[in-house]
Amino acid sequence: MFIESAIRPALVTGKKSYHDVTVDIAGGVEGTASKIWFAAITVTLLALLWGLYCMTLTVWDGIGTFGLNRTVGWGWCITNFVWWIGIGHAGTLISAVLLLFRQRWRTGVNRSAEAMTIFAVMCAGLFPIIHMGRPWMAFFIFPYPNTRGPVWPNFNSPLFWDVTAISTYFTISLLFWYMGMIPDLATIRDRAVTKIRRAVYGTLAMGWKGTARHWHRHEIVSLHLAGIATPLVLSVHSVVSFDFATTVIPGWHTTIFPPYFVAGAIFSGFAMVLTLMLIARKTMNLKNYITVDHVESMNKIIILTGTIVGVAYISELFTAWYSGSFYEQFAFTNRAMGSYWWAYWIMMTCNVLSPQLFWFKKLRRNIGFTFFMSIVINVGMWFERFVIIPLSLSKDYLISSWAPYQASFVEIGIFIGTLGLFFTCFLLFCKFLPVVAIAEVKHILKTSGDEARDKSEKMNGIPEGAERPVVNN
Amino acid sequence: MKDNNKYWKGLEELEAAPEFEAAKENEFPENIVMGDTIDESVLGATSDRRDFLKMLGFSVTAATIAAGCEMPVRKAIPYLIKPEEIIPGEAIMYASTSFEGGEYCSTLVKVRDGRPIKIEGNKMSHITQGVTSARVQASVLGLYDTNRLRGPLHNGEPVTWEDSDIEIKKQLNTIAGKGQKIVILSSTIISPSTKQVIADFKTKYPTTEHITYDAISCSGIIMAHEKTFNSAVLPKYNIRKADVIVSFGADFLGTWISPIEFAKEYSFKRKVDKDNPKMSKVYSIESNLSLTGSNADERYMIKPSHEGDAIIQLYNAIAGKSGANKVSGGKSALKDDVVEAIAKDLWSNKSKSLVISGSNNVNVQVLVNAINHMLNNYGRTLDISKPSNLRQGSDMAVKALIDNMNNGTVGALIVYGANPAYDLPLATAFNSGLEKVSLTVSFADRNDETASKMEYVCPDHHGLESWNDFEPYPGNYSLSQPTIAPLFDTRAAQESLLTWADAENTVYYKYIQNHWQTNILGDNISFQSEWDESLRDGVYRKNVEGTEVEYTGDAGVAASALLSANSSKESNVELVLYEKTGLGNGFFANNPWLQEMPDPISKVTWDNYALVSEDLANKYGVQHEVDNKNKKVFTISDGNNSMDLPVVIIPGLQPNTVAVALGYGRTAAGRAGDNVGKNAYPFASFDGETFNYNLANISIQKSSAVHLTAITQIHHNINIEERPVVRETLLEDYKSDRYAGTSTEKEREKLEEIRETSLYNFGVDHEYNGHHWGMSIDLNSCIGCGACIVACQAENNIPVVGKKEVARKHEMHWIRIDRYFYGNKDNPNVIHSPMLCQHCDNAPCENVCPVSATTHSDEGLNQMIYNRCIGTRYCANNCPYKVRRFNWFDYQSQDSFGADTIIANEHDPLGMTEDLPRMVLNPDVTVRSRGVMEKCTFCVQKIQVSKLTAKDEGRPLKDHDIEVACEAACPTNAIVFGDMNDLTSRVALSKKDERNFHVLEEIHVVPSIGYLTKVRNTKQQENA
Repeated sequence: MFIESAIRPALVTGKKSYHDVTVDIAGGVEGTASKIWFAAITVTLLALLWGLYCMTLTVWDGIGTFGLNRTVGWGWCITNFVWWIGIGHAGTLISAVLLLFRQRWRTGVNRSAEAMTIFAVMCAGLFPIIHMGRPWMAFFIFPYPNTRGPVWPNFNSPLFWDVTAISTYFTISLLFWYMGMIPDLATIRDRAVTKIRRAVYGTLAMGWKGTARHWHRHEIVSLHLAGIATPLVLSVHSVVSFDFATTVIPGWHTTIFPPYFVAGAIFSGFAMVLTLMLIARKTMNLKNYITVDHVESMNKIIILTGTIVGVAYISELFTAWYSGSFYEQFAFTNRAMGSYWWAYWIMMTCNVLSPQLFWFKKLRRNIGFTFFMSIVINVGMWFERFVIIPLSLSKDYLISSWAPYQASFVEIGIFIGTLGLFFTCFLLFCKFLPVVAIAEVKHILKTSGDEARDKSEKMNGIPEGAERPVVNN
Repeated sequence: MKDNNKYWKGLEELEAAPEFEAAKENEFPENIVMGDTIDESVLGATSDRRDFLKMLGFSVTAATIAAGCEMPVRKAIPYLIKPEEIIPGEAIMYASTSFEGGEYCSTLVKVRDGRPIKIEGNKMSHITQGVTSARVQASVLGLYDTNRLRGPLHNGEPVTWEDSDIEIKKQLNTIAGKGQKIVILSSTIISPSTKQVIADFKTKYPTTEHITYDAISCSGIIMAHEKTFNSAVLPKYNIRKADVIVSFGADFLGTWISPIEFAKEYSFKRKVDKDNPKMSKVYSIESNLSLTGSNADERYMIKPSHEGDAIIQLYNAIAGKSGANKVSGGKSALKDDVVEAIAKDLWSNKSKSLVISGSNNVNVQVLVNAINHMLNNYGRTLDISKPSNLRQGSDMAVKALIDNMNNGTVGALIVYGANPAYDLPLATAFNSGLEKVSLTVSFADRNDETASKMEYVCPDHHGLESWNDFEPYPGNYSLSQPTIAPLFDTRAAQESLLTWADAENTVYYKYIQNHWQTNILGDNISFQSEWDESLRDGVYRKNVEGTEVEYTGDAGVAASALLSANSSKESNVELVLYEKTGLGNGFFANNPWLQEMPDPISKVTWDNYALVSEDLANKYGVQHEVDNKNKKVFTISDGNNSMDLPVVIIPGLQPNTVAVALGYGRTAAGRAGDNVGKNAYPFASFDGETFNYNLANISIQKSSAVHLTAITQIHHNINIEERPVVRETLLEDYKSDRYAGTSTEKEREKLEEIRETSLYNFGVDHEYNGHHWGMSIDLNSCIGCGACIVACQAENNIPVVGKKEVARKHEMHWIRIDRYFYGNKDNPNVIHSPMLCQHCDNAPCENVCPVSATTHSDEGLNQMIYNRCIGTRYCANNCPYKVRRFNWFDYQSQDSFGADTIIANEHDPLGMTEDLPRMVLNPDVTVRSRGVMEKCTFCVQKIQVSKLTAKDEGRPLKDHDIEVACEAACPTNAIVFGDMNDLTSRVALSKKDERNFHVLEEIHVVPSIGYLTKVRNTKQQENA
């Protein structure tokens, strides 16, 4: 049997048995929801309803309900689109890339990270459609055979690449998530005491029997999907960045965008995973599955990506200066010192300076601080997109056309609506689906669980009760 | 077996149920639904054969009688197109004339399927020479104004023409019998036939008096000529003949007397020829920044009350050269060296110079006449032997009329083409006098400020529905012909007058013909053909002998009168009342196109405002701010009147001056014009001789209110070095280097290199084997007047979005005029730069559209496919020129759902989508729906028509065949459109000019529009 080094911290604490794992996680699905859950979903549903009202206004009356104008054609909505897509990046990274790299700590968080990805991509996908002048014609964007020639979409347009990239990403993420969930759904099915539950989870489990052949195929498909999904981590946000990078607008026309956007996406995605995990961990009593070590690992990735983003920001400034192009230089001076200077500096503070605090181990392992930072980073990343998108547009080449931009309540409302959608989906997920991958946790329980560590220590002659690098809280 | 062969409809039939058998007999088994129109009473009515025959007999007889009556045949003769081939769907041009709001223009009216939809200039006219202005372009919309009266009114209630005629005639006879005055109060009438009609009316009612006044008066000039030449006339100004023009506040390019004619004449001397680089020089000395001032080569600012002093200074300087007596001078309003330089320039261009003043003060104008006389300009650059008829108003006469009305000596007042209750500075006195007049009649087309106070309103036809003749200058005639049958129950004012005068012939068309036969064309055998020819051409010219006049002026008297009057007329803050280039004197207030046209200087739409310098604003606690939603407000007061106006800060205003536009603040103009801005007419003062528009002793105060202003362009500092989007040079520099100001040697090499290189080595993206459309815009000729904006709006069905939307930067104009200030902040230079889709050959908008809704044609056009567009706005974002316009709302009620099911489109506050204003839409151009992008198409519909015509005629397309809307409207011909592949075309030649540059050439979008560098005829870089 494979035993991990005793020096490695345990990934599952609390000396859980297989049955404990099942009870801990499936129990949440089987029991009645708590009052907090009901209160939370009421709030998120209200937000969703408000968003739906604002979307109705937009479709009924027109994009004129937005604060956009002849100069600034993209504002909050595209900012939110990029923001949500970015958030959606952590899921793939955790599920696919970490799987390929055999990072076992991912098991505690991958399920909810993947769920988050799907919900975030749903929120993101909504924006380009609602943002169209004629959303009822949105299908024009798909390359479907038609009788008009046929007319194809413009394969040169980055927006078309976007459609392709995002729909691929959504499909793969959904498959991956669902694939991983099948054994767990079967577990819930098998434990079901009511007929309805058995029927519903039975259907969802698609006849999973847990045979060796099933497990074998499951593993193979997971690996294949992981292989397919891995390039997506890099490609999706690169493609999103092409929307800007391929244009002629100073502040958009930047070759550094693809890596910069990918790093930023992982950065914000991990922050969002942390936000959700820390809440779930607390309210659903999953401390033994999502340990402080998990949090620390994720914080390390945050330092890395935050620093990449910081370097990108500074490179942009350098490139602008070095380009000798007045327009380019102006765009960046305007960001830092124009009428929206505060947005730029919020971005800089939140994304570049604050993650550096995670160099301190104490802070990295501090749950409260991490939660605070996860919010700060998401605010910062929102402002990054805001600074790039409407600010570059509002003051471009011809001074005669410069125009200020201010979001209308409708745009803000749609954003609130997507927050509502996201959290509503997440709450439903928490209640009705296994939040932690039961099977995968069980898979590592014998190698990376508490008891496994004890065994390992014994084998290595480490005295019982010696201090382990685990902080329980 | 037999049954098997039978086809049956149902079991009932097969089984032959008795009820079915019974029902089968009935031919129409169910009740036929006839809709709501036919009810029981109709269906149940009984009429026998006899009744039927009676009705048949009656209707046949009635139809026979009706058809048998002779209908008067009035011929409208199409211009240069065979009249017998009126093809549906093909536009016909009718020559006509527009004289509305005091602006004369000989026009061609484009009629599509019986509807006039566009106005172009008439190239056969010697006066306006084929060009137009924004107002003329917009006037076609006035025809379809929903606020026009549907028929005559009596005390506000509809009445028949017969009833009103009987009553008016009765009253006129009584009044004339009593010996009371009948007064016809009109704006300037330049129609000889109408004048004859009034003369006929006078014969019938001998107590009739015809009084003329103009909303913006020029009677100061007329009276000055009476004083200096014994001839009370307005001179004809020959701008083209003048090499040096000195304008004291006369905005001759924008609003003064005949701006279309003057702008066209001005343009001849502003085209810089590289082989012979010469151009005229314009000095502008003014307080407000006028359109003329913004185009002047040198501009100096003076306090409004110092105008007389400045003119005296100039008089003395010229007198010093000519040896005439100097007059005693006042203050030195201008620096001595400036006056000396101007005088020197004028003197060296003796007989080829012109001094004009926009002042309505008689003494000021006497001095101006004296200067022009000393410069030997009379008979050359200005002419009073064949004077102008365009302004005939007499302020003294109208003042006397108001006194008489208040005395009760006026029995009847007939107002024709005027709105004195609104635009007379003495409107209050006029209104109180009106109550003492027993019969009041107005010919207004709407129940305007005056008409609503009158007993009878007998609405006149719109200009496009009526026959008329015009004589702007002696011997220069033009005609207008109806291009559509009257839309409403209106009657030509002339016919009304003739009817009341019991004339034999009350048909005005016949009357004009008779008048022309007897007085103009001559009663000879060729009359009919000459008449037809004149009607077809729209213009007729005849030689008339000028009357010789002699100078008898006395500058000394005028100067001392001026000085003594001025001594009390100076204050710290002074008010200048001016006309805006778009709206003019207020006649067009209900025209949404003009209201929405950004002012060339301030870029404000839908408002008048207090135009001040930054100094003055700061002094009264207002800072310059970018926020247009909450403009600070000044309360401007002269003791009797006061108005609250938003403060708009513009560099180039004299620091003691507040300038306010006239023509706003209408209260009965209609849906678009009511309560837009404030009426400043009451501020104009009467000085005993004339109305004055420069007022001293004004107080201003910052009010706590804020006002929403809709400004399309905000102020920012521009550094020409850093953003060379407009280029200019000095004439001196241009003479030595034809590339001066356009590009440096280094730049040229670099640009050449950029043009040749591409990151992607695929060779050229587009090949143009046939046509390659392009445009050239001469920044030196462009005066920024905005005619192109309105012309484009009319041609391309561009929606009007209203003030609120413009304030949100949702204006839809496809062409805009960018205004850039540079140089001295207090008295800057101004460049007007028309900006429209550049039809880039490497267009950044095209490759980003996800659905290929914007594509490149093989003739170099950047095309929009509206029904493919899904409205991502990516193209607009990626347009470096920001010329793409998005339909934010359903501005045109074109949606397949939503607003068009609701009768009133809430996004059309002006009712432009109602049936009547929609008649102006150009059927050749798609009306865009909500959510799609639109932009300049290079008038692709015009290109197509011209190509087809050429093809029909079996010839290649010629250079002048296509005139796009902006090009055709431009009064200075600054815009040239054509085929760049045709190496002899004007546009191809312009592109080769050394002055040619492309805006933002460095980003390699390869625009098809070239601009020609502005050349300023001055030695100094910055004005003093």
